[in-house]
Amino acid sequence: MHAADEILLGFTRALRAAGVPVTQDRGHGFLRAVSMVGLDDRQATYWAGRATLCAGPDDLDRYDQVFEAWFNARDGLPRSVPAQESSSTVLLDVPEGDGETGEADEAVRAAASAEEVLRHRDVAALSASEKRRLEGMFDDLRPRSPLRRTARHQRWHRGDLDANRTLRNTLRRMGEPGDIAWRRRGVKSRRVVLLIDVSGSMSGYADPLLRLAHRFATAPGAGSRPVEVFTIGTRLTRITRAMRLRDAERALVAAGETVPDWSGGTRLGETLQVFLDRWGARGLARGAMVVVFSDGWERGDASHLAEQMARLRRVAHRTVWVNPHRGKAGYEPVQQGVLAVLPHVDDFVAGHSLATYAELVEVVARA
Amino acid sequence: MELTSPGDVARRLTGTGYVCDDALATVVYLSLGMQRPLLLEGEPGTGKTSLAEAVAEALGLPLVRLQCYEGIDATQALYDWDFPRQILHLRALEAAGGTDVEEAEKSLFDERFLLARPVLAALRESPAVLLVDEVDRADDEFEAFLLEVLSTYQVTIPEIGTVKAATPPIVVLTSNRTRELHDALKRRCLYHWIDHPGLDREVEILRSRAPEISEVLARQVVTVVQSLRERTDLLKPPGVAETLDWARALTMLGAEEIDLEAASTTLGALVKYREDGDRVRQALDRMLAG
Repeated sequence: MHAADEILLGFTRALRAAGVPVTQDRGHGFLRAVSMVGLDDRQATYWAGRATLCAGPDDLDRYDQVFEAWFNARDGLPRSVPAQESSSTVLLDVPEGDGETGEADEAVRAAASAEEVLRHRDVAALSASEKRRLEGMFDDLRPRSPLRRTARHQRWHRGDLDANRTLRNTLRRMGEPGDIAWRRRGVKSRRVVLLIDVSGSMSGYADPLLRLAHRFATAPGAGSRPVEVFTIGTRLTRITRAMRLRDAERALVAAGETVPDWSGGTRLGETLQVFLDRWGARGLARGAMVVVFSDGWERGDASHLAEQMARLRRVAHRTVWVNPHRGKAGYEPVQQGVLAVLPHVDDFVAGHSLATYAELVEVVARA
Repeated sequence: MELTSPGDVARRLTGTGYVCDDALATVVYLSLGMQRPLLLEGEPGTGKTSLAEAVAEALGLPLVRLQCYEGIDATQALYDWDFPRQILHLRALEAAGGTDVEEAEKSLFDERFLLARPVLAALRESPAVLLVDEVDRADDEFEAFLLEVLSTYQVTIPEIGTVKAATPPIVVLTSNRTRELHDALKRRCLYHWIDHPGLDREVEILRSRAPEISEVLARQVVTVVQSLRERTDLLKPPGVAETLDWARALTMLGAEEIDLEAASTTLGALVKYREDGDRVRQALDRMLAG
């Protein structure tokens, strides 16, 4: 029996190493469950472990792989863990940012402090040392959650009549009428959903955008966790969990490990559809403030993208499209993708410098 | 009443008309044996809610259902006092002539003025099955409250005392994943993800739920639905509940097999979006022609 426990506990450790958050009480539950169904029944052990150790669909794939590797390797047949599905990424030839990037005026440069200049520089065109300085400046961004009214009422000194409380107070006085109690509708943070394009054409902005997303996800108001972050590109990846790590560097590393399609191609329409089908339309985007960060380089069908954006807008409270190229001199929305989505967004804002990110924070807070 | 193996559970559930696979039977068996709540997630219409109903029927226990929604709080889940009746009682006492104040107050918080809401009802009636439906719709605060009840299976009413379940009720929570549940709540529960069933199992479900549907029709309907689920362009792929509705609708129209006319007039039972309806109609055209 002791040996069996060791095998099972070893399995929970392997599972933890694979990234499934197995706590001690979960491991304990697993042992109890297996003792009920019997270790000799491989199938039942599998289901018992799945029910006690996993906490969501994200864990199920990893669980399957570790289970396969752990228990079948014990038969004496070394088996390889099935390799991660390779993502079908398509590399894109995208014109690099041309000379217009360092557009800060010479006169302004002389007057303003170096930091102030950095705030307005295109983040994709910074040198390594400038980037490091900018990283520290992200801490100055203080995203606030937009608010919405709730169905539940709160005690308040004026507003609507609170019949229940008035009655209760009256009752307390044995039916003697007294003060009237008032109530008002409560307010609550509105959910914010960030969709970040990580395709090849956006690769220069991926790092700052993730830092921005991290600021949103760890903002003090996000206590009830109304901020969700996804990456889009060739596929949809939810990185909310990674973004909630307090430390920005660790959060970015965790996100990097989660996202399989860095600098791949762009199939905005399809990934948006996946987002809406699997998350958005079910409630995640309902009444939410949805921000899409993308340059609109769409490989797929632009009309499909437009259709999905229209769907998104019908579901969401407000949709914002952030385009890194918008703030640059001489920019015209000519890409098919941008033209397709423009009729379906409430705000179309720039997103190439820290200053524009500060503006975005304001746009989101006002929604 | 004791269930001795997952196979036993499967047999009992099948007896009530709920067709379940080994995985679900094992998880239900574990949940009963370990006295842990069962958290079910999955696509809408895969039979999360009806599992609770089936378990209640199979074990011959009453089912208490708590439907969650945004803003639900303890007075809607636990108990409330019947204020109008309390007032009435007070007036009646007055009319009868002045009585002892303390006595009157005591009589106000009597059992008969207590409105037992689902959770309290389940604890009192236990053994019972408590279904907490769509728990993801409720707020975080309510989740914390549930956690408290589910870990002790008792509630305290200040005026009356503590109500503790003699035997813990069987608790089934369902969620559509509109938001992530808190980890603390998940840790209390056994987790199971319900997928859409395979072709044979879905036919079996149809036949067991609605025996009036002919074998041929059931198989055709399920084949169509399963091919629809594989498509990626539908806004909301049909669940098992929709399959069942559609097959029933076709049977009511007297169809023994799918024909295009009957199919397109009853399509509203299967897909609930106009865009989906158009796409399915085209697909049906091709399928039935081929």
